[in-house]
Amino acid sequence: MAVKTFREAIREALIEEMDRDERVFLMGEDIGRYQGTFRVTEGLFQKYGPHRVWDTPISEPGFIAIAIGAAIDGLRPVVEVMTWSFAFLAMDQIVNHAAKILYKSGGACRVPMVIRGPAGPGKQLASQHSHSIELWLAHTPGLKVVIPSTPADAKGLLKTAIRDENPVMFIEHPQLYLTKGEVPEGEYTLPFGVADVKREGRDATIITYSRGVLLAQQAAERLKEEGIEVEIIDLRTLVPCDWETVFRSIRKTHRAIAVHDDWRYAGFGAEIVAQIQEHAFDYLDAPILRVAGADVPMPYNKHLERHAVPQVEDIVAAVKQVL
Amino acid sequence: MSTRTNRTKKTAHIPDAERAELIELYRQMLLIRRFEEHCDKAYRQDKIGGYLHLYIGEEALAVGFISQLNPDDRVLGHYRDHGYVLALGSDPKAVMAELYGKVTGLCRGKGGSMHLYDKEKNFLGGYAIVGDVIGIATGVAFAAKYEGSDRIVLCFFGDGAMNAGLLHESLNMAGLWKLPVIYIVENNKYAMGTPVELHSAVTNLAKRASVYGFPSETIDAMDVLEVRKHARRIIDHVRTHKEPYFVEAITYRFVGHGAADITDPGSYRTREEVEEWRKRDPIPTLAKYLLENGIATQDELDAIDREVRAVVEEAARFADESPDPPLDELWEHVFVD
Repeated sequence: MAVKTFREAIREALIEEMDRDERVFLMGEDIGRYQGTFRVTEGLFQKYGPHRVWDTPISEPGFIAIAIGAAIDGLRPVVEVMTWSFAFLAMDQIVNHAAKILYKSGGACRVPMVIRGPAGPGKQLASQHSHSIELWLAHTPGLKVVIPSTPADAKGLLKTAIRDENPVMFIEHPQLYLTKGEVPEGEYTLPFGVADVKREGRDATIITYSRGVLLAQQAAERLKEEGIEVEIIDLRTLVPCDWETVFRSIRKTHRAIAVHDDWRYAGFGAEIVAQIQEHAFDYLDAPILRVAGADVPMPYNKHLERHAVPQVEDIVAAVKQVL
Repeated sequence: MSTRTNRTKKTAHIPDAERAELIELYRQMLLIRRFEEHCDKAYRQDKIGGYLHLYIGEEALAVGFISQLNPDDRVLGHYRDHGYVLALGSDPKAVMAELYGKVTGLCRGKGGSMHLYDKEKNFLGGYAIVGDVIGIATGVAFAAKYEGSDRIVLCFFGDGAMNAGLLHESLNMAGLWKLPVIYIVENNKYAMGTPVELHSAVTNLAKRASVYGFPSETIDAMDVLEVRKHARRIIDHVRTHKEPYFVEAITYRFVGHGAADITDPGSYRTREEVEEWRKRDPIPTLAKYLLENGIATQDELDAIDREVRAVVEEAARFADESPDPPLDELWEHVFVD
């Protein structure tokens, strides 16, 4: 298998799906001639031309509404948001329409579309470009939420997303774009709702996704030096979510820690805690802890920013606390 | 018999197809009117819940435009949407059942008055967030262009939507990409209870929409023959020239913003103003034309009225007798499996 970066894996999925299905087209700000802010779509305008790769004006509500309209009439839009922080402008389109058209039409109209792009902190982009958005989306019935951590998962899940008959929100962490990993060539799809045990262990379970997986892996290496073996579960998709894999792990380790960049207060970690206590309470030997973002707007200063997001040492400390 | 003789004499120049089309326009407008008169009653009886926005007074617009479409053209509208589906030929029983919230409704009782869909008739949705249909209809037109088809899209919305930011974004992209969509603003003078003069810096709405690189004009929408004439020309233009078009349709609703609107008339518009506009009621206007030109007799018009009343009665009975959605329907259609 070839080693590729996260963004190359995404690009590969886009190319394969565009080649497979003519109804698939790309739309977004500066994704064509400029080749994308994070260069995920590098070369695609040159390869496919303006009929398949649409540079849009800076009009998030407008072009996301267009994608919804195109999707209900049979196309397969893949929309890039330059950052998910800009998708707040289009939350009306996403929440009021993409998520509801199937339901309110009694199943008559489908919205098979993907919105993808970066979300998350760590690039000194300060308060308005650093949002994690997964919780806002996962909270809304009708949206699938995909948030991969490795290049291979990104490819396999994006291909599945483009083939899905529902609106799929695909979240890429900007700090992952240049990470590398082996990526299967050609046809490679991953099902939604199947978590991946990224590391097996017996002492505690870290439940996480996206960049949190990388942090957890580093924490696991450090803990191993002290003889502590943690299990890491990468949820990969939050809607649908593979809770059974989580519960199975808790039944083994009896300890759980949820990790994410997003704000702690009412974040997805709270859902993880609730699910475990509802379904695996009897197996717990310690309170479930959350290692999550500080509940503040993201500061610009590098030092402050670092303290606003989870660090490896925070996870190490949390694991030790529950042992 | 004398009427019949009279008709034959006066209308020798009107071909049968045209005669039939005019009668059909009349039948459709009357169907919408009678259908909604029943809705108003059913709303007061709590058979219809939520919000109910009636199209009474504006029938000529939907009927005049939709009558000129090809079968595979698309229509989208805002939440005052009963007129569009009925003009498109949706089954009145399924429409009424939807308003009653029944499982036999167009959307299995899960959409209601403000969110009708009829994919078979190419009605791709009534949208209940003011202005949002403009963006989605633009996307449906995008699909038509993308596929290289000859389809065009009608997008209906109210004058209040002129002030939603999405209008600017959508019209810009439609102009930029030459999308086959006709934006039709139903200028009925009021955004709920706020007159155009108090919500739009420029009250000529066609002028406001004239800066996006495609044609824009104002038409009189109280006369279905006028609407049909303009619709024919505008639809042909859009299909031929592959570009959008903006239509400001001057119209008026004879009833309140919603069936629950207790402020009308009196609070934001006068009874006199409503009465003045009622003189231009599109249904008697067409009736007069049909009679004067010997296209139909009063007996024939009365028969049409009896016919549509029977259709509405049957729809109401069907809706009444239909079951509620079963409880497992609650969890259906959140996702396509």
